Amino acid sequence: MLDRAWQGYLRNDGRKGIRNHLLVVYTVECASFVAQEIGRGEPDVHVIGFPGCYDNDYAIRLMLALATHPNVGGVLCVGLGCEYTQPHRIAEAVRQSGRPAESFFIQEHGGTSSSVALGKQLIASLRQRASEDAVRTPMSWADLTIGAECGGSDGTSGLAGNPVVGRAFDSLVESGGTAIFEEVVEMIGLRDLMVSRAASPAAAGQLGATYDKAFNYCKAVRQYSVAPGNFAGGLTTIEEKSMGAFAKGGSKPIEGVIRVSEQPPHAGLWLLDSVPDEHFMQFGYTNPNDTEGIMDLIAAGAQIVLFITGRGSVIGSPVSPLIKITGNERTYRNMTEDMDFNAGRVLSGELTMDQAANELTELIADVASGQMSKPERLGHREFFLMYKHQDVPSLEAGCRM
Amino acid sequence: MMNAQANSSAFQVGASDNVATLLGEVAPGAEVTVVGPAGKRAIAAREMIALGHKIALAPMNKGEAITKFGVVIGIATRRIEPGEWVHLHNCRSQLDERSGSFDVQTGAPPVAKPG
Repeated sequence: MLDRAWQGYLRNDGRKGIRNHLLVVYTVECASFVAQEIGRGEPDVHVIGFPGCYDNDYAIRLMLALATHPNVGGVLCVGLGCEYTQPHRIAEAVRQSGRPAESFFIQEHGGTSSSVALGKQLIASLRQRASEDAVRTPMSWADLTIGAECGGSDGTSGLAGNPVVGRAFDSLVESGGTAIFEEVVEMIGLRDLMVSRAASPAAAGQLGATYDKAFNYCKAVRQYSVAPGNFAGGLTTIEEKSMGAFAKGGSKPIEGVIRVSEQPPHAGLWLLDSVPDEHFMQFGYTNPNDTEGIMDLIAAGAQIVLFITGRGSVIGSPVSPLIKITGNERTYRNMTEDMDFNAGRVLSGELTMDQAANELTELIADVASGQMSKPERLGHREFFLMYKHQDVPSLEAGCRM
Repeated sequence: MMNAQANSSAFQVGASDNVATLLGEVAPGAEVTVVGPAGKRAIAAREMIALGHKIALAPMNKGEAITKFGVVIGIATRRIEPGEWVHLHNCRSQLDERSGSFDVQTGAPPVAKPG
């Protein structure tokens, strides 16, 4: 059991966050420049949005999940005025969650400069209201949801980086917290192993069906989730990469499968399925890049995401801090500015796996307590959202025209 | 910092695995200390093998299963001798047909072929 405690932010909907960010949401690419300018020079303002003019349930659902995330205290939605996705309706859904929200169409407020000025005014007022609303509350491990993603994997990822995260996940779950991992397309070849980890017969059914969908998807598009950098790093096949990737899920039973923008119904270890469902347009690639997977985990409510990268990476994330872990000593030395944790010390014999996992959980608690992770300190807030289709219940919020 | 000893060692994950993962780069002829659940043993590297890449621990015939983590990660596409580098040039996926043609050093695909 882990015993750290810290002060977080209690939201009116009862959720607890570890940051008090403001979010600017743009509803079409045409509004993205104004949205980015509104956030410029405002360290607590993060910017997300959807580039498409024609709307998409999956994308709206993801933006709503981020706009009502426990780390977010207030939201400004900015639209151009022609697009399908309606900023006013997103703002209304955010207000229903108990958070202050504002919205406007650029076309109704002049051009670039006047819209940026209006946005800056609204942000100042939202910041005031969010700080008045922010109730500090004690938090512990049981209040945390943590995601795990790997990217730029190499031969060390499956030996050190991912297993250390797996052990930290085990401790989190033992302490009453919630752990989510994803990348079902990086579990290809492991159907029996996945199903054997199910917490219940219902979960076993979900895991099997999720695997089959992902496998059929990979066969149909003839694309497995293994990239040139993985091969250069010593991974030879998707089966080998899968075994390493699956290690980040630790050893606890898997409670079930959630879809993108759903929250786990109770604590424990969960698998997130981001693979597109069959649809007449067949749009959406399953892991187009690391950022998409990280945003999927944050949309599920993760207040922190652990990112394991053997080859090294220089991304971060809006809304929730990213903690970057490498199992490769050389990568750690070359990219110390960007890497939060050196799990390669397990391979050189400096630390045991358990010692490394304990050190990592202390770092997680430090970041939960307010210490900035390295990507946060560098200002990284990469965001990516594209068209995709998943069969989930229709939107209650009705953010379309 | 990785010490000299770690540089010439390799980790065998499963006791029955016929490959181990290099924890540092090794030169041709270098003695590699293989550690893991099957105990400690030494094997000579037949060629340069980089950190994170695999070294063959046992002879494998064409068509034989290559095992790591106790599971089959691929199939030998030709005879492999102990101490050889095991990668795209001599091991193929049972699932993914595309990646077998990628460059063995850089992993780059042969032609730009998105999706």
